[in-house]
Amino acid sequence: MKYGHIPVAVAWTRSRFNRWDLVAALLILGLLTLLTTASRGALQPLSAITAAPLPLEPSHLPRYAAQTVMRMVLAMALSLLFTLSYATWAAKSKRAGMLLIPMLDILQSVPILGFLSVAVVFFLSLTPGRAFGAECAAIFAIFTSQAWNMAFGFYQSLRSVPKELIEASRNLHFSPWMRFWKVEVPFAVPQLTWNMMISMAGGWFFVVASESISVGETQISLPGIGSYIAVAIAQQNMAAIAWAIVTMAIVLLLTDQLFFRPLLCWSQRFAAEQDPDKPAPRSWVLTMLRRSALFAMLAKPLATLWNRGYRPPAAQGRLAQYLHKVRPNSWQRRMQQLWLLIFLAICLLALWSVAHYVIFDLPAHDLGLVALRGLATLARVFAMLALATLIWVPVGVWIGTNLRLATTLQPIVQLVSAFPANLLFPVVALLIVKLRLNPELWLSPLLILGAQWYILFNVIAGAMAMPRELKDASRNLQLKGWLWWRTLALPAIAPFYFTGAITAAGGAWNASIVAEVVSWGDERLMAHGLGSYISMATTQGDFDHLVLGIATMSFFVVLINQLLWRPLYRYAERRFQFN
Amino acid sequence: MHNPAIAHHIAQNTGPLLQMRDVRQSFPKPDGGELLVLDGVQLTVQEGEIIGLLGRSGSGKSTLLRLIAGLSMPTAGEITYLGTPVTGPAQGIAMVFQSFALFPWMTVIENVQIGLKALGLPEEEIRSRALGAIDMIGLDGFESAYPRELSGGMRQRVGFARALVVHPNILLMDEPFSALDVLTAETLRTDFIDLWSEGQMPIKAVILVTHNIEEAIFMCDRVLIFSSNPGRITSEIRIDMPHPRDRLDPVFAELVERTYVAMTVQAGRQRPTTGAGRSDHLPGAGIGIMLPQAEINDLAGLIEVLDSPLYDGRADLPILAHSLRMAVDDLFPLAETLQMLRLADIEGGDIQLTPAGREFAQAGVDDRKRIFHRHLLAYCPLAAHICRVLDQRSMHKAPITRFLNELEDHMSPEAARQTLHVVIGWGRYAEAFAYNGHDQYLSLENPS
Repeated sequence: MKYGHIPVAVAWTRSRFNRWDLVAALLILGLLTLLTTASRGALQPLSAITAAPLPLEPSHLPRYAAQTVMRMVLAMALSLLFTLSYATWAAKSKRAGMLLIPMLDILQSVPILGFLSVAVVFFLSLTPGRAFGAECAAIFAIFTSQAWNMAFGFYQSLRSVPKELIEASRNLHFSPWMRFWKVEVPFAVPQLTWNMMISMAGGWFFVVASESISVGETQISLPGIGSYIAVAIAQQNMAAIAWAIVTMAIVLLLTDQLFFRPLLCWSQRFAAEQDPDKPAPRSWVLTMLRRSALFAMLAKPLATLWNRGYRPPAAQGRLAQYLHKVRPNSWQRRMQQLWLLIFLAICLLALWSVAHYVIFDLPAHDLGLVALRGLATLARVFAMLALATLIWVPVGVWIGTNLRLATTLQPIVQLVSAFPANLLFPVVALLIVKLRLNPELWLSPLLILGAQWYILFNVIAGAMAMPRELKDASRNLQLKGWLWWRTLALPAIAPFYFTGAITAAGGAWNASIVAEVVSWGDERLMAHGLGSYISMATTQGDFDHLVLGIATMSFFVVLINQLLWRPLYRYAERRFQFN
Repeated sequence: MHNPAIAHHIAQNTGPLLQMRDVRQSFPKPDGGELLVLDGVQLTVQEGEIIGLLGRSGSGKSTLLRLIAGLSMPTAGEITYLGTPVTGPAQGIAMVFQSFALFPWMTVIENVQIGLKALGLPEEEIRSRALGAIDMIGLDGFESAYPRELSGGMRQRVGFARALVVHPNILLMDEPFSALDVLTAETLRTDFIDLWSEGQMPIKAVILVTHNIEEAIFMCDRVLIFSSNPGRITSEIRIDMPHPRDRLDPVFAELVERTYVAMTVQAGRQRPTTGAGRSDHLPGAGIGIMLPQAEINDLAGLIEVLDSPLYDGRADLPILAHSLRMAVDDLFPLAETLQMLRLADIEGGDIQLTPAGREFAQAGVDDRKRIFHRHLLAYCPLAAHICRVLDQRSMHKAPITRFLNELEDHMSPEAARQTLHVVIGWGRYAEAFAYNGHDQYLSLENPS
């Protein structure tokens, strides 16, 4: 009764690019330009505002850390809400899914960091209180870095609920509401937990980046670790930077121990089958919660409420009745037409907004420049990916083939991967300044600094998944050296490696926006590329160039995904999967 | 009537529990046509009987069970339960699944209770009824275990308890014992029949889908035999033996034999090749016939067993199946394939090797391939067709999709894939054509 295993990152099972991807791309591009246009007017009245610098005493750090964590938690709650509704909608309605899933796909490829400034201005214009608007923008930015991945995972789980479980639940007269909470959500819990962890790890990068933003003349600085380090950079305060890094490490350790370990451990309950080779994850926090009488007392009313929740009371029953009433065909047809009309209207609006941008605002003379800069960043991304591959594939295979080492190191690698690499950027900047290195070349490693871990822990997982008998057989056949790598190790890790490389490449593109321009005090280091193009446009509040930059980068990412990564991944999956 | 508790019920009750009239089920095919799965099914279920639906995979018996359960709707015909049409999952019809279909995140007792919770019963009643069911089905002590901690047999007991606890009138069982090992399955069957004949279970009738003839004879009062493509009820066998039934009883063996004959007659009707018309082509046997799932090693093994001194070329199918520990689903495809390839004949529940079959049994590796090659191209139209097409092509190559599309005009995409898979296996063994799974091309072996 094996219902599937948990992939390390979201695996791509969706088939080829189709016309729905085009509609989705249009809608997102339309939304982007529309938001930009809406934000443009809002920028002026705020231009005079500048934030007072945060005090740098380390004693303030716990408070900042708490505020940063709070943003993360709120964004995670939002992402969860989004996941449960959006993915469910996409999975339940075939017609909606045809559009919703390509949209997710493209949203995943949009560089969020580039969009951050637009979001900030947009939220500032929506809310009268300045701080509140900026908070919303930061949370929104983190949300956008977390939600797509989670929604994708949940969607795929919903689609793969075993047919006989659905049949059993129908045979037992579950209401759709009850089926959702008692069958579909539990089935998705292991995958969802895993994707939450991945999303959370990625989110730290964005929370750091989103706390301190300057758009044109507007300087926004929310109290938190990200702003703290921004001030420290401006003041060239090395000690403060070190404090921030240490604080971040502690925060990560605590969230892991207090939140994710217990969650992961608890989610094992929902796995259909336990892998006897792998030791079950353990968590002292969960053990404590399970054994504590106090907690049991507190949890009891909640559990009762929960158990009552899925049982339809009369009102809910009526609602369900209303929702599931068999309508006459004419009614259905009319609803369909209405739906089509709304959809067409949205498409037209998107089309109009894109056309308006292209005709009136597009800096056409920049097109060539943007493409060239895109190629520069492309070269950087791939060079760094190759470098990370050369380093981490051997290391990962070595760790993964050694089961004891792997079980201790894997959680540590996951923890390290969550560390927001942008906290380390000033250290690199300082080195470049002091050693007078060429930023065009030496800023490149920053792209992969945070993303390299995806390669490592996927390779570890791949090496761990190698069947023991194959390892024994290859030893029995005296396979050694390159022959061993070629016949066993590389094919075995290939599907895992590509999953990791795809994620890492996406991360690197995104990171380029903050990594191609790094400052140390007044010194500004820049590497020419699409990332720095977007970054400069943001700083100058030049929205026309910003949109062009973001659209180009999304285009690059989508194109490379479609033409390179997906075929490679599919090939590896078909040829080298064990089963 | 072997259930005294229900027997007196029936005295005062009228009308059948369930009635199916002219039920027909078909699915749309991609080319716009329709694929007929069930046709003209008539069935009346009375209180107190266990009905067996016996047939091979693809005969639509599981589809029929899902129609009764209200999990899907028939294309035509009428199903009534207690006089009212079935339009969705009906209360009073519970189901036991082949794969158990337990919720892995719920404990045994939670799994058993969940159906009662869905009905919104009061907490105390849920608890007492669940404990009662667990006690009856022999799961005491396992209440707080998770399904993954249990063996297959215990899991299926949970499946039974979960279905029985809602006190259904009709219990539907979809090959409930086929995922279990032989001994566990026998224990569960016996336990079930004991509870049934003692009238302990709160059910009035059972419908059991199976492909195991002995199981059907062991448990049922009536066995309905299904033909394949489309599924139709071809015959009915009544079993009036009292429970518990003894498999060694000559009456039991006689019933098994009769069932085998009924099933082979029906197979013969589909592909009428008896000893007489050896040289003429199979009537109506184009390329669009679904091929039986028979692996070449199994075919060779069966030929060798038949050729052995024990059988000397001829065997009684039930005896053969019994000694090989095989069920209908395992043995019939093999026997049918041998029949199709004229390596054996099937008649009245007996299988007999043809001279070519005996020659095959005696031959070495290369000669075996030669014989198989000859018979494959002569009697398997699809294999001959593939060779012809490949031969006509300039590069002697063709993508697999070319044949897949052709087959899908006659059968479901799934069946087409399986059929092609089977013929590729045979063709590879016979060295009639080669297949490259990487680029998915078929080609003539050594066209030079």
